[in-house]
Amino acid sequence: MIGALVLGAAFGFFLERAGLGNCVKLAGQFYLRDFAVLKVMFTAIVTAMVGLYVLTAVGAVEPTHLQIPQTFLVPQILGGLVFGVGFVVGGYCPGTGCVALASGRLDGVAVLAGMAVGVFAFGEVFDRMRDLYLATPLGAVTLPTVLGLPQIAVVALVTSLAGGAFLLAEWIERRPRGVVE
Amino acid sequence: MTGAGPAGRPYWNPYLAGVGLGLVLLATFGITGHGIGVSGAVTSVVAAGVDAVAPAYAAVNPYFRAYTAEGAEHPIKNWLVVEVVGILLGGLASALLAGRARLALDRGPRIGARQRIAYAIAGGAIMGFGTRLARGCTSGLALSGGALLSPGAWAFMLAIFAAGYAVAPLIRRQWT
Repeated sequence: MIGALVLGAAFGFFLERAGLGNCVKLAGQFYLRDFAVLKVMFTAIVTAMVGLYVLTAVGAVEPTHLQIPQTFLVPQILGGLVFGVGFVVGGYCPGTGCVALASGRLDGVAVLAGMAVGVFAFGEVFDRMRDLYLATPLGAVTLPTVLGLPQIAVVALVTSLAGGAFLLAEWIERRPRGVVE
Repeated sequence: MTGAGPAGRPYWNPYLAGVGLGLVLLATFGITGHGIGVSGAVTSVVAAGVDAVAPAYAAVNPYFRAYTAEGAEHPIKNWLVVEVVGILLGGLASALLAGRARLALDRGPRIGARQRIAYAIAGGAIMGFGTRLARGCTSGLALSGGALLSPGAWAFMLAIFAAGYAVAPLIRRQWT
């Protein structure tokens, strides 16, 4: 449990350092003014993804040790659409809302309070949502197995896509009106 | 070093902070086998609250029962709650060190305080519902699952961006 505390603290520290505890900066992602969300998120994904590839390849981490999330395609797409609306309206995602709250932002408190209401509401209607919740189960699959490609190919593809997205983001940010100060 | 926090030191370069987050995530995978999540911990807290206020109801509600019933204490659920306490402490430490910790309401230049609070509560509620439908949030599903190359995680992430870009023009007044 000390590990949970230390790893969580490091996670919160880097989120705050990146400026992701600032809702105006986060919202900038959706008005093409500040791409910190995309840059931070995709850099983190590529770092962890490449790291996992190397650590499993050299035998430092057993692939069976890793808990791949279960894919339920339709509820996860619908959940993402609902989440995206809430993110832009509220200004924070759950993790960045925690960082905002911790640095004294009252709107971060409000987002987390609202989130508790939304979670409670889901529990209330869960019985009626059960079929949707359990729709389109694919199991604990990964993109390499679904696409029929070797893992290294998917790792290279995701890394290239992230690199392309970074170049595009830098190019858009260089237009007038740039980064949120 | 892009963007200064109001009255604080400049934020870190986003790629540098992203590598830091990625290494934290990698260490978490190596040590625990799972990633870093937030919405699961919020659900544990909500379920515990329901159990405290209305234990008879919590015992029959099929969703909260999975979090509160005898023997339901999955180790990962407790781990996530402690980890979120860590996120709060780490976020506070960083904000203090950078001179950004203070009581304030962050909002766009054209929106009032009350309206901002209303939007924050409404947005949080919509988002909270979405996390339960998708089984995770930007941390636990999009980031952690994305690094594990989970198709559901990538579909979730793309859906977030699609909905965000679709809705942003409708509430431009709040943010720009």
